[in-house]
Amino acid sequence: MAEATIARPAAERRTPPARRRTSGALPTPRARRRYWIVLAILIVLATGFAFGLLAWDNPLPVGSDGFWRIAQMRATSVLVMAIVAVCQATATVSFQTATNNRIITPSIMGFESLYIAIQTSAIYFLGVTGLVALTGLPQFVLQVAVMVGLSLLLYGWLLSGRYGNLQIMLLIGIIIGGGLGSISTFMQRLLTPSDFDVLTARLFGSVSNADPDYFPVAIPLCVVASVALWLRSRRLNVLTLGREATINLGLNHKSEIMKVLFLVSLLMATSTALVGPMTFLGFLVATLAYQFAGSADHRHIFPVAVLTGFVVLAGAYFIMKNVFYAQGVVSIIIELVGGSVFLFVILRKGRL
Amino acid sequence: MITLTNVRKSYGDEVTIGPVDLQIPTGGITALVGPNGAGKSTLLTMIGRLMGMDQGAIEIAGFDVASTASKDLAKIVSILRQENHFITRLTVRQLVGFGRFPYSKGRLTQHCEDTISKAIDFLELTDLEHRYLDQLSGGQRQRAYVAMVLCQETDHVLLDEPLNNLDMKHSVQMMRHLKRAATELGRTIIVVLHDINFAGQYADHICAVKDGRVVEFGTPAVIMTDEVLTRVFDTDVQVIDGPNGALAVYY
Repeated sequence: MAEATIARPAAERRTPPARRRTSGALPTPRARRRYWIVLAILIVLATGFAFGLLAWDNPLPVGSDGFWRIAQMRATSVLVMAIVAVCQATATVSFQTATNNRIITPSIMGFESLYIAIQTSAIYFLGVTGLVALTGLPQFVLQVAVMVGLSLLLYGWLLSGRYGNLQIMLLIGIIIGGGLGSISTFMQRLLTPSDFDVLTARLFGSVSNADPDYFPVAIPLCVVASVALWLRSRRLNVLTLGREATINLGLNHKSEIMKVLFLVSLLMATSTALVGPMTFLGFLVATLAYQFAGSADHRHIFPVAVLTGFVVLAGAYFIMKNVFYAQGVVSIIIELVGGSVFLFVILRKGRL
Repeated sequence: MITLTNVRKSYGDEVTIGPVDLQIPTGGITALVGPNGAGKSTLLTMIGRLMGMDQGAIEIAGFDVASTASKDLAKIVSILRQENHFITRLTVRQLVGFGRFPYSKGRLTQHCEDTISKAIDFLELTDLEHRYLDQLSGGQRQRAYVAMVLCQETDHVLLDEPLNNLDMKHSVQMMRHLKRAATELGRTIIVVLHDINFAGQYADHICAVKDGRVVEFGTPAVIMTDEVLTRVFDTDVQVIDGPNGALAVYY
C-alpha cells in the first residue's frame, strides 16, 4: 500500500546530477556557511556585551576580589536579560507560527494590558503601598498564574468552541486588551501626580524591575517552556503550512496549536511579570531572526532569535547605562533603535 | 476503495450535503463535477478528514476516517486544497520534503531523499528544485504542491481543483501528470474539476454532484450525454464527437 514507489518513465530518465540532492533547510554550502557566520557573530556580540556589562566602569582591577563582588551584583541584570531574551524570542517565533501570521506578537492576547491593569489598579485602590504589596514571590507567581489563566480561558473557549477560529480568537484578544488598556488609562487619569510617577516607572519594560527572589520560579518556567517548544521544532515547521496541510500530514492541528499557545503563554507571562511590557522586543527579534538565519526551520530560527534578543537587550542596556546614564528604561531605546534597524532591514529586503 | 455511507453535513438550516452513498473504485482518476455550490469540495474535504461530518461514515481502504488515527491516515490518503499560501519561504524541494513527514516525523533519511527526488523528477521540477515557491509561475507552483502529496506515497490522492487558475497548456500538462501517476504509480486519484471536457477526456470515472447529492456516477461514456449533462449543470449542453472523444458544447 504505502510502499508504492514513484518510478520515473524510461523516456525521461536522465543521468542523475553529480551532487547529492538534499532537502535540508540550508540547501547550499553557501547558506550553511552564512548561517554559522551569523550565529558566530551573534555569540561574539552577546558575550561581548555580557562581559561589558559586568566589567565596564568597574573601579577595581580585573581579577581582584572586589572586582568579582561588583560583577556578581551586576550578574543579576545579565541573567534577567537572558531570561527575557529566551522568553520573548521563543514565544514570539512560536506564536507567529501557530497563528500563521508574521506581523503579530503574543502581546496581542492581552498579557501586557493585563499586567498594566494589575499594576494600575494596585496603585489606584491601595496607593503606593499597593505596589509594594505586589512585590514578592507569591505575588509574582499569582501574576503569572492570572495571565496564563486568562489566555488559557481564551484559547480553550475560542478554539474548541463552535467557532473554533483562530482569527476570531485573536480579534477577541485584541478587544479584551484594548478594554483593559482603557480601564487602566481611566484609572491613571484619576491618580495623583506622584502616584502616577511611581506607576509610570513600573510600566516601562525595565530590567531593574526584576527581583532576584523571583528567579527560583522564573528560571524553571522559562527553561521548561522554551525547551518544550524547541523540542517541537519539527512539528512547528509543519504548522507553518497551515491547518489543512498540517492535518494532511497527520498532525492534530487543534491540539498542536493549543499546546504551543499554552507554552507561549507561560513564557510571555513569566517575562511580563518579571520586567514589564516588552511588546516590541519579541516582534523585532523574530523578524530579524528570519532575515538573519535564511532558513525556515525552527531549529535554526530559535537560536538566532534568542541570541539576537540578548544582543539587542544587552546592547541597549549597555548604551543606556554607559552613554546616557539612564539604565532604567531600556524599552525606549529598543523601540527607537530597534525600530529603525527593523525598517532598514525590511525596506532593503522588501519582504518579511 | 473509498466508501461513503449515508454521509450528511449541514450548514445552517438551508444548505445540506447528503445523504450521500458512494463507492469510488480503486485505481484511475475519478472526477467530481457539478455546478458551483453543489458540495464537491465539501465531499472531498470530508473524505480527506479536513472537515467532520454530521452523520454517516467514510471508509478508505477499510479504515474509518473518523476513528482512525490521523497519523495513520496520512499514510493512506493525502489531500491538497485549492488555496495554499505559506508564511515561510520554502524551496520546491523543502516543500516536497514535507510529504515525508508521516514517515520520518521531520528526520529525513536517505530513502526519504530518494523518494523526494523521484517525486520532483516525476513532475519535471528537477531544474527548479532549489527555487523558492514565490519565484515560480502558477503552473510550476501547482506542480510542486502535487509533488508534495505524491511524495507522501499514499494510495489515495485527493485534489481540490488542481486546474484552478491554470492556462490551457498547464492544465493539459497537469492532467497528463495525474494520469501518469494513476497508471504508472497505481494511485487512486480523486479530483474536483470544473471543466467537464477535462473530466471526459482524462477521468476513468465521473461523479456528478448536484444540490449536495450524488446524481450520477459512471464512466465518461455514460455521463457525457446531452441529457445527463443538461440535467446536472442546469444548462443546455450538447455533446458532439471530437477528434479524441466526446466534447460538451455549452457556449
